[in-house]
Formats: sequence, structure tokens, C-alpha cells
Amino acid sequence: MANITRSPWLLHYDGSSCNGCDIEVLACLTPVYDAERFGIVNTGDPMQADIFLITGGVNEQNIPVVKQLYEQMPEPKVVVAVGVCACTGGVFKDCYNIIGGADQAIPVDIYVPGCAARPQAIIDGIVKAIGLFQERLENSEKESDKVG
Amino acid sequence: MVKRSVIPFGPQHPVLPEPIHLDLVVEDERIVEAIPSIGFVHRGLESLIEKRDFNQMTYVVERTCGICSFQHGMGYCETVEKIFDVEIPRRAKFLRTIWAEMSRMHSHLLWAGLLADAFGYENLFYQCWRIREKVLDLQEMTSGGRVIFSVNKVGGVIKDMDADMLKAILETIKDVEKELKVIKKTFFDDYSVKSRLKGVGILTPEQINALGAVGPMARASGVENDMRRLGYAAYSEIDFEPVVSNDCDCYARCYVRIMEIFQSIDIIRQAIAKIPDESDLSVPIKGNPNGEAFVRLEQPRGEAFYYVKANGKPNLQRMRVRTPTFANVLALCEMLKNTEVADVGLLVVTIDPCISCTER
Ligand code: SF4
Repeated sequence: MANITRSPWLLHYDGSSCNGCDIEVLACLTPVYDAERFGIVNTGDPMQADIFLITGGVNEQNIPVVKQLYEQMPEPKVVVAVGVCACTGGVFKDCYNIIGGADQAIPVDIYVPGCAARPQAIIDGIVKAIGLFQERLENSEKESDKVG
Repeated sequence: MVKRSVIPFGPQHPVLPEPIHLDLVVEDERIVEAIPSIGFVHRGLESLIEKRDFNQMTYVVERTCGICSFQHGMGYCETVEKIFDVEIPRRAKFLRTIWAEMSRMHSHLLWAGLLADAFGYENLFYQCWRIREKVLDLQEMTSGGRVIFSVNKVGGVIKDMDADMLKAILETIKDVEKELKVIKKTFFDDYSVKSRLKGVGILTPEQINALGAVGPMARASGVENDMRRLGYAAYSEIDFEPVVSNDCDCYARCYVRIMEIFQSIDIIRQAIAKIPDESDLSVPIKGNPNGEAFVRLEQPRGEAFYYVKANGKPNLQRMRVRTPTFANVLALCEMLKNTEVADVGLLVVTIDPCISCTER
């Protein structure tokens, strides 16, 4: 992680979750867990975000919102699904309105299990996401070098 | 004539932890109307009764909302117990009370933090959440889960608190009380906070009654409405007075919620002093429920209403929850009229919205 040149920014969106995972995501950013020590910054603006934390199994009405947020993020980007709902649909899998996991709407890179996902697990997911982000950044730089 | 325009607010917005969408009709900076559109978190949880039996539903109902998850489970269990017509052991009642008050404490602290963030006091936000972690640690110690407890079952509870745990709870809440007294000063006396909250978002008691607002929203407007007085769980044996304020504004809502944290601390102390020594934590439940019942209880955000109808099969016929935010959204729309666009974030936060409850 030493050669990361900028802090990855983080966007969080509630894709039809029960809220349990969302408050744990927020708890990660507060002093006790303090995910910001890994250099990430929480933002509300998708156009400046690099890592997308999504919770919940995503319902029909939320699909366009989730897709739009994802598309607005600049390349490269990493998506982390937080909580078993976002991974598979969880307890709500059989609900008529739930599409069953965030990966049904957008490509997901990292899955954080748990109901609710524990802050430690979420931080682990974030750290993995930073690694992946770094990798993608390097790859895209190589690509552009080739082209240039 | 001033031109009208519509500003969309949400569903994804920095002050909102959860998605709700408001169309704000504005004239210059003034809001003339706010039109909510909901449904971003609707999961159709009530329909799961077709696929899960009434015992499994306890765990589904708990996931109505992650913040008052315990109270949802409790409300559902109390309703089904009412159908079975069973009385749960006294110790279980006290345990439920203690857990319920813990979840009120963490919910109000969470809200206080979000409020501080909404009026731009980042540091205060972090302080509230730091204190809240202590309550979460208690919840984890006693139930094994930080936000979702899963300790309720139809007929009682599944986990006990031993003497060490009760002692640890007393110690921690003493600590929390001390720290809360410090941050309370900022919320109540700080000049900028006062000028941001006082006189903003007025709701008169008449409006509260007409719109059916509940919980701290109602109590902040002088309407004394607290379902805990109905005496469910062990509340009938506990001595407390609802916190009421007559200021009707955002400041009053802040006052009511912060004072309720102190009240919860007091209730937990009383409950721990009175908790009986019993080994039974639940009564056996035989067969399937048959009949219908409803229960009302006071969640951190206000009155929640549970309705269950069963016909002797493992799967219930109907399960319905009416949650406090659902009742308060109307009041929010009324409150938003004639306010400035800059206050919208703050006003939305003061109703303590819990969208996942509202939409289930
Ligand atoms: S995984 Fe559990 S806690 Fe998280 S959103 Fe889903 S139901 Fe809620």
C-alpha cells in the first residue's frame, strides 16, 4: 500500500437493507474503529468515489439508483457488498421485491459476510478493496502508457 | 410572481444514512411543499409469513430495522404470546426491559450524533458515537450481537444476564452518564447550536394530534404520549415520567431525546435492582397460534403497532407492523413548509427517520 498516490474515497449507499449494516458502516468511520486511518475518506458524491460500499439486497425500485451511482463513479472502481443481504439477499432472499444480492445489479468485487456485518469485517473488506483499487490503478496506468 | 422550481432531495444524500426521496417545491429559498416518495427500502417482509413459520418470523421481524431490532422482535413476540395467552417469566420481562432501554440509549445517541453532524459539529458527532460504542459493547456482552440481538423468542428470551454482566452494565452506564453530562452542555447551551435549533421546525400540539405524530416528536410538542406507560414487559413495575417539552421546535426534540437517554439509564438501574432470581427464562409453547391480537409499544422513535392474525397453522395469516417513522413522515412534510432549503437536512434528521422500518 506504500505507493498509493491518493486516498481512495468511499461512497456508501443503502440498497434496501435493514439498516443494521448501515449503522455498522458508519460505526467503522467513527473513532473506535476509525477506518479513515487507512487513508480513505467518506464522501457523499459518487463522482469522486473510488470504493462503493453497498448494503442490502436491492429492491426493484432501487436498481436504477444503484446502477446510476455505480456508473457515475470514475474508473477504476471497487465494489464491496456489506452484509449477507448484499451478498445473497440474506433473510430477505425470498421476498417478492428483492432481487437477491447487490451483484444482481452491479459487478461486486468483495463480499463481507455477517448479519449484521461486524465493523472488523467491514474494515477487512475496505482494506482488501484498497489493495484491489491499487492494482487496478496500476493496470490502468500501464494501459495508458501503452497507448501513449 | 416568484418562480416555482422543484429540487429533488435524495434518495442518496450525504445527511441521509438511508434512502428517502423528497421533491421540494421552492419559491426562491422558501419551501412551499414537500412531496415524499418512498419505496427504496421496501422488502416485502410481511409477506414472508407465507414462507416462514411463526417462530422463524421472530428473526425476520427483528430485521425490520437494525436500530430498534430488539424492540421489533419483542413487539412481535408479545403479540404472539398474547394469542397463546401465556405469561412469560418475570425475569424474562425484566431482561426484555433492560435490553429495550439499551437499544433506546444507543438509538438516541446515534441520533444525537447525526444531529450534530447535520448542524456541522463533526467533533460532537464523533463524541456521541464514541459513547454509543460503550452501549454497543454491553449489548454484545449480553446478547452476542452488536446491533441484531436475536435473544427474543415466543414465550420468553433465550439468553440470561448473570451477576457479573449486571454489574458491568451498572458500571458502564455510570460512565456513559458522566460523559453524557459533558456533551449535554453543548447540545443545550451552545450559542450556535441554540440559534440553529431554536424556533426551527415548529409543530403545534394541534398539528401533532391531527397528523398523528408519535414518540419524541409528540412529546417535544407537549403531547404526553408514551406507550411504556401501558406497562408491557416490566414497565408496570418501574417508576418513570415521560420527558415532555412545550417548545415545539427542533431544540425541544433534541432536549427530549437527550433527557430520555438519562431516563433510560435510570430505568435500567431500577430494573437491575428489581430483577428477580429465577432460572426459567421462557415458558413452553405448544401447538400453533390461533386468533388475532395487537400490541403497542414505545420504540426509540415512538409508538409501534403490531398486529398478528393466525388460524392454527404454523404459518401466520397476517402480520402487520405500523412503525413510528411512518406516522412522523406526514408531520415532517408539514414542518418543511415555509422553511429554508438550508434547513431541510436538519429537519429531516430531527424526526429521526428510520426508513427501513417505514417501508419494511
Ligand atoms: S445483513 Fe442483516 S443486518 Fe445487514 S442489512 Fe441484511 S438483515 Fe440487516
